[in-house]
Amino acid sequence: MKQGDTIPELRVTPDKYLPHRYAGASGDFNPIHIDAEFAKAVGLPSNILHGLYGMAQVARANVAAAGGDPRRLKRLSVQFRGMGFPEKEIVVRGTVKEERDGRVVIDTVAEQDGNEIIRNAEAELELEG
Amino acid sequence: MALDTSKIGKTYPPHEYEVGREKIREYANAVGETNPVHHDRSAAREQGFRDVVAPPMFAVVYSTGAIGPALFDPELGINFARMLHGAQEFVWSEPVCAGDTITTVASVKDLYERDGMQFFVFESVSTNQDGREVARGTWTNIVRGG
Repeated sequence: MKQGDTIPELRVTPDKYLPHRYAGASGDFNPIHIDAEFAKAVGLPSNILHGLYGMAQVARANVAAAGGDPRRLKRLSVQFRGMGFPEKEIVVRGTVKEERDGRVVIDTVAEQDGNEIIRNAEAELELEG
Repeated sequence: MALDTSKIGKTYPPHEYEVGREKIREYANAVGETNPVHHDRSAAREQGFRDVVAPPMFAVVYSTGAIGPALFDPELGINFARMLHGAQEFVWSEPVCAGDTITTVASVKDLYERDGMQFFVFESVSTNQDGREVARGTWTNIVRGG
C-alpha cells in the first residue's frame, strides 16, 4: 500500500433489528437506538444506529485491507457526524494518507445515502514485514 | 453549568470484565465479523491466539463499565439531554481473548468549551490479567448549548 491507494470498499446493510442485536452485544440499550417511537418523541426521524456500530464497520474495512488479521489494526480514531439508520446501505471507503516503516495511515469515511455518518476517521495499520 | 477544570485528571474506580467466548461470538455476529478467529477456538489457535480473539472494537464492551461512572459523575454535571458522542479513539496493544480478565481505569482527560459547546474528554486504559495493556480509549462527549 502506498500513498493515494484506495482500500476495498465495504458495503453492509444493517437490517431492521440490527440495533437490537448490537444493543444486546454491546450493552448500550439507549432507547434512541431501539425504539422508533421514543426516537421520534425526542425529535429524531426514527431510531438511529449506534455510532460505535458504524465505527466497528470502519474497523472491519481497515482490518480487511490489512489482510484480515485483527492484530494489524493499531489505532482508530473517528468523529461521529450524521445519524445512521437501519435498512440503508453503509459504504466505507478509505485512502492511504501516509506510509512509513511498514505502517500506513488510512483516511476513512462511512456514508449512507451520501450522508457521512463517520468522518475524519484515521486508521493506523501495521503491515507484514 | 460551568466547567470545573480542576476535575481534569480525576480517576474513577477500576472496572473488571471477564471475557467470555460466547460474548465474543455474539459481538462478532452483531457487527458482521466473519473471520473464524472470532468464532472458533482451533482457528484462533492456528493463528497464534490463546483462544477465540475479540474483534478490536470489542474494546467498547469491556471498557464501557469503567466510563459509565465518569459520565454520570455529579461533579462533572453533564447535561445528558444535550449530549452527543462526538469522537472516539482506540489504540490497541495485546490482543484480548476468551478467558481474559480485563481491568479498565477511566479518567478525565480534558474539559473545555468551544463554539458554545462543552467538551468532556475521558480516557480509558485497559490491561489484562498479566498487567499488559490491551487498549487505550479516548471518549469525546459534546454537550450542545451547555
